[in-house]
Amino acid sequence: MQLDIDIYKTLRAGKRSFTLDVQLQSSSQRNVIYGPSGAGKSLTLKAIAGLLTPERGHIRLNGHTVFDSRAGVDLAPQARRVGYLFQDYALFPHLNVRQNIAFGLSHRWFNPRARERHEQVEYWIRAFGLEAMAHQLPDDLSGGQRQRVALARAIVAEPQALLLDEPFAALDPSLRNTMRRELSDLQQLLQIPMVLITHDPQDVQTFGDHVVELRDSEPDKQIRASCHHKANEATSCKDTSIR
Amino acid sequence: MESVWVALALSLKVAGLATAITTVLGVAAGFVLARGRFPGRNVLDTLLTLPMVLPPTVLGYYLLVLLGRRSPFGAWLFDVFGVNLIFTWQGAVIAASTVAFPLVFKPARAAFESVDGQLEQAARVLGISNIAVFFRVTLPLAWRGILAGVLLAFARALGEFGATLMVAGSIPGKTQTLSVAVYEAVQAGQDDLANMLVYIISAVCVAVLLTAGYLAPGRIVRR
Repeated sequence: MQLDIDIYKTLRAGKRSFTLDVQLQSSSQRNVIYGPSGAGKSLTLKAIAGLLTPERGHIRLNGHTVFDSRAGVDLAPQARRVGYLFQDYALFPHLNVRQNIAFGLSHRWFNPRARERHEQVEYWIRAFGLEAMAHQLPDDLSGGQRQRVALARAIVAEPQALLLDEPFAALDPSLRNTMRRELSDLQQLLQIPMVLITHDPQDVQTFGDHVVELRDSEPDKQIRASCHHKANEATSCKDTSIR
Repeated sequence: MESVWVALALSLKVAGLATAITTVLGVAAGFVLARGRFPGRNVLDTLLTLPMVLPPTVLGYYLLVLLGRRSPFGAWLFDVFGVNLIFTWQGAVIAASTVAFPLVFKPARAAFESVDGQLEQAARVLGISNIAVFFRVTLPLAWRGILAGVLLAFARALGEFGATLMVAGSIPGKTQTLSVAVYEAVQAGQDDLANMLVYIISAVCVAVLLTAGYLAPGRIVRR
């Protein structure tokens, strides 16, 4: 994926202020943004998806400019065509598994009927082994099943990139490895570019073809991006600017 | 006896229409105040809640002044549309709507505030337009809380007395609702009629509460 991000944003809450200042370029398929919680990882991902508007800078995905403060470009989240896996999955509690997965396929003002069938939806229900609970509501599912539903919902409309916010943090450790493998296989199967954010070194091991580390350097809470990579990887560091 | 059923029908018509108007306006106002970030939010919230606290007669007086032909608004209504709302059943609808409004607005605002914003974000990333997100995610999740307010508003509109009397008066067969008819019957010493009327109102109120229980949001959403 061609990923080119250079964003700057100051957030204020009362007297505290937080500056997000991230630059990264990558042409890898599997990108990991790594850092402790509170370092601005989620904000970066939200900015890519269009859920947060930076003060200045630009974001380019696969050659498309989705945000550029100087050119006045700021595509709505709806127009960016990314799949987003939220940390706690954000499944719609009033819709069953099938309706959740089919959610983005219809842009009408009302939800897909519980009985409606879409070929792609049924495909992912089978692929993720969700047939038995396709009619159930998210509250009745286990953590792993919920994640599969969220993943299916994100990829069913064939987005141009997949953004994952701490995808394994809500799972218990034994399940974590299984789901990590599933996601890794899925990415390789679909060849879908992804950006995964995590504070777990294990995720970096599995997905980090290109790793960007976010650190917050006290006292001014300035976030800086720096690049490092696994010793055995040939990924060049020069495609990430270090400020 | 005939007049009793006329009064009941009028009461139901007025309360039903008032509930419909109040639901649309209350949900809209509740959404704007739950999600909007603009100066004067708290002042607006206070103003919109005022009908719940003000004595209905005071409210009725305000409406009388506002809608009467001597006010600029009332004069405009009459000159442009030929509409006069004072001493009409439509005036009673406006009075009942005003009084019942906060009962929808307040719980609607709270319900919208309790909807997880991340779910709306998830829907937008999935390509759903902001309006469709409201109808597909926000409203269904807030509906529990809103419906409770709508039923209260209906009950309140049905029992409306003070403001209605001020604005619509008490014209039998035209603007005399059940609640007003009870008062008139007692004033006139017609105890039989008064008894009859209070029984009917009580029965209708029990029916409303039973319906409320039947419609309990748990059945609509889940569990």
